[in-house]
Formats: sequence, C-alpha cells, structure tokens
Amino acid sequence: MTLDVLYFAWLRERIGAPRERVETSAATVRDLVAELVARGDRHAAALSDLGAVRVAVDQALADLDAPLGDAREVAFFPPMTGG
Amino acid sequence: MRVIVQPGVFDAAALMQGFGAGAGAVVTFTGLVRGDDGLVALEIEHYPGMTERALQDHAQAAVGRFGLADVLVVHRHGRMEVGEPIMMVATAARHRRAAFDAADFLMDWLKSRAPFWKREIGPEGPRGWVSAKDEDEAALGRW
Repeated sequence: MTLDVLYFAWLRERIGAPRERVETSAATVRDLVAELVARGDRHAAALSDLGAVRVAVDQALADLDAPLGDAREVAFFPPMTGG
Repeated sequence: MRVIVQPGVFDAAALMQGFGAGAGAVVTFTGLVRGDDGLVALEIEHYPGMTERALQDHAQAAVGRFGLADVLVVHRHGRMEVGEPIMMVATAARHRRAAFDAADFLMDWLKSRAPFWKREIGPEGPRGWVSAKDEDEAALGRW
C-alpha cells in the first residue's frame, strides 16, 4: 500500500523532509519503523530512540503496535508541547 | 463551541463578545510568551488537520464532562513574540466550579496531548525544541 509518512519538529529536521510517500507492506507501525530505519542514516538517527517518539495513524494518536490496516497517513513526532 | 487555530495574534475581547450569554459563570485563561533566559520569541509547529480535529474532540469532551454551556479554544502556530498571547480557553457553565475545572482540564490536555511543538528563539536565533515536562504528563492523571 501507499502511505504518506509525516514528520514534525526535530524528527522533521533529522529526516530532512516534512513528508514522504512510501510503498509498504508493513502490518503495524513498528514494522513500518523498521522499513524506514533501513532507508538510511537520517531515518535511523531520527527513529533511534522510540521512547522519545509519538505516533499518529490517520491523525489519531496510536502506539507502535497499532495495525496499519488501510491507513493512508502515519505521522511521527516528539511528545507534544502545546498550551 | 468554537475552535480556532491560526498564526496571527487574536483579539480576546472581540472573541469574548457574547460568549456564555445566559450562563452563570465564565472563566478565561490566556497563556503568554514568557521572556525567560533572554528568549525573544517562540515558534510553534502544528499538524494541520489533526490539530484542529483533536481540539474539536477535546472541547466536545469538556462540554459533556462538565456540562458546559459553551467553550472556546484558540491556539496560535508560527512565530510569536515575548508578551504576545499563545493560546486561550474560555468556558461557560451554570456555576463557577464547572467553568474553572473545565478550563483546567482543557489546559492540562493542551499541554501534552494537542499536536503542537514549541521551539525557543533567542537573540542569536533558534534554540532547541522545548522538551515535554513530566509534571505536564502527571497533571493529566488528575482527570
């Protein structure tokens, strides 16, 4: 399936792009992370500490074991700091 | 119920015109950019689409939980200077306790669950991204 993968804040800076389109057969977010890490050093560095990364699947907060199903958009970002 | 996500400074007085008319209690909270450690501005990134949806959902949850007559959430993104408002919440309820509690609930949630990320800007230029605070995460446990 084709997924839009979005990055925010320092993840965006480390990846070097705000979004990318990926072809994937990943079943879960964790599987997708493994595929992204294999893309190169920037991805590996940005996604090295998953404890510091939050995830949204189709704009809803999710965890690493969330199934991707027929998701269209997955976002990775640091813990949120609004307010 | 109204949720606004915008880059520019908002006019709190104008937004409050007629807000909560007929309710017994209105509480407003406004967060301002603090000039700690020589900070000159903040830059806030958001997730267009998700941010608006998340704020809508949570404002709706506050209405249900506290029996609000009305709720307003405004949050800026982009660059904002020291002293400028970052965000505000307003709640209207029959009695003050519900209005205060709902505003507090919304703020605790905004701090650690709304898709915004802050970066500090000093006179020398951009500094690092602001780290999430454990106390903000812990505050959510109150609800």
